Amino acid sequence: MSHFTKPAAGSWTEHYPELGTEPVDYTDSIDPGFYEDERNAIFKKTWLNIGRVERLPRAGSYFTRELPAIGTSLIIAKGTDGVVRAFHNICRHRGNKLVWDDFPNEETSGTCRQFTCKYHAWRYSLEGEVNFVQQEKEFFDLDKQLYGLKSVRCEVWEGFIFVNLDEDAPPLAEYLGPLVTGVEGYPFHEFTEVYSYRAEIGSNWKLFIDAFAEFYHAPILHMKQAVKDEADKLAGVGYEALHYQLQSPHSMISSWGGMAPPKDLNMVKPIERVLRSGLFGPWDRPDIAGLDPLPAGINPSRHRAWGVDEFEIFPNMSLLFWAPGWYLTYHYWPTAVDKHVFEANLYFVPPKTARDRLGQELAAVTFKEYALQDANTLEATQTMLATRIVSEFPLNDQEILLRHLHKVAKDKVKEYRDAAAAR
Amino acid sequence: MPLLPAEFADLERFADWVLPTEPQRYAKRLASAMPQMQEFYDTAFPRLEDAIAYCDKFPLTDLPEDARALLHLMQSLVNVSFPVEVWKQARVPDSGAAMVHLIREPVV
Repeated sequence: MSHFTKPAAGSWTEHYPELGTEPVDYTDSIDPGFYEDERNAIFKKTWLNIGRVERLPRAGSYFTRELPAIGTSLIIAKGTDGVVRAFHNICRHRGNKLVWDDFPNEETSGTCRQFTCKYHAWRYSLEGEVNFVQQEKEFFDLDKQLYGLKSVRCEVWEGFIFVNLDEDAPPLAEYLGPLVTGVEGYPFHEFTEVYSYRAEIGSNWKLFIDAFAEFYHAPILHMKQAVKDEADKLAGVGYEALHYQLQSPHSMISSWGGMAPPKDLNMVKPIERVLRSGLFGPWDRPDIAGLDPLPAGINPSRHRAWGVDEFEIFPNMSLLFWAPGWYLTYHYWPTAVDKHVFEANLYFVPPKTARDRLGQELAAVTFKEYALQDANTLEATQTMLATRIVSEFPLNDQEILLRHLHKVAKDKVKEYRDAAAAR
Repeated sequence: MPLLPAEFADLERFADWVLPTEPQRYAKRLASAMPQMQEFYDTAFPRLEDAIAYCDKFPLTDLPEDARALLHLMQSLVNVSFPVEVWKQARVPDSGAAMVHLIREPVV
């Protein structure tokens, strides 16, 4: 018996008949050949979010991103005209990495007037033009116009900076489509108190999206995070979402979330009672405009028990909105077929008091406890998938986003392979 | 020289938990035995409301040094609340080799 209404087709999955209901083949998460094609078919052709504009507060602000999935390092910089641009992080003279600190493979950030290569001091403007060549007369009719930094398509949506290596890709807003752009107007710019996490995970990138795109696991894997009576009740009830929506390649899950604040304070841990905070964030909504009413794309079923929405922005970004008034992002950056770097950013409104600050601290600490449990499970999954003892797995109706993710990835790779074969 | 405000002299013996960043607090948690954390928790948790009230007499962006130390101590309390209230061990159970690092944080 469903607690929440399902579509007329009888299930969320059957509402999207192209998904099918048969078991799903997970070879796409262990096959090195599939991974290589995925990099070309997906990561080198798709808009990828690489950060937020708050990291570039003024002209000359920059940061670098190491992106093994697309085989490059990027510089993202705000020009004197206020425009955010992205460049490959390579000097046009002899190919040195242009911007880095002590360790070339580590990301860096800062503010500067121009980029100067450590090797021979070629200098580039914030807009990417080469404006100084050491001993220029020693070169042979060097036309500096031809030696600006190699730029990468870069667009900003609601403060999120996206890049795309594909010159032929549609514009970002078109790519995001109505499902994602339905959240426009959320006051993202108010959430400048940021906690950033990074983890190297021994699994395929899609497996961590799988772990976070279904909450079917929550009453089981995270059982000990609730007090015993509550945990028993949750495990007995299981999990059902309020709403799912697909708009390929993107998707979203809308969920209830009853513990912020809890009906009964005995349901939560002592520290949560005092700090009025926990996994679902500080219980008291910050006093800013834009949270009530929320943009139409958030809590689409307008359910009063709503707790959190999670948007899966293909390929590798999750954007989550919590009912009490904060948001977070996850990114999953593949580094090998069985490895990826997981990044999480928690965004809060700056605290005004020590009480606010400790509430946010508890939310951040709690996030990490959960993420550790999720991350370790994945390594166990990856090693057993790799045995190929079993390759097809039944996914239930609450795992529809996983079914969708793997289908989209496989379709994109197939399209890429078919096109390559036809050439 | 005490780190904490005089009203919190009873917590002074836990001054090694006055740590400004999460990586420091988490590392100390992993390096601590449960009885140590239990003692810290049992003593500091009942003072949490008082500590908040003390710190909230000042603007968060301009805390006197002793109030800042007190807040850092309470941030450590938040970090050890999981081992004490839930796990009964320093590490998250079943987290094996997994590591999640806080790489950017708003340090008070």
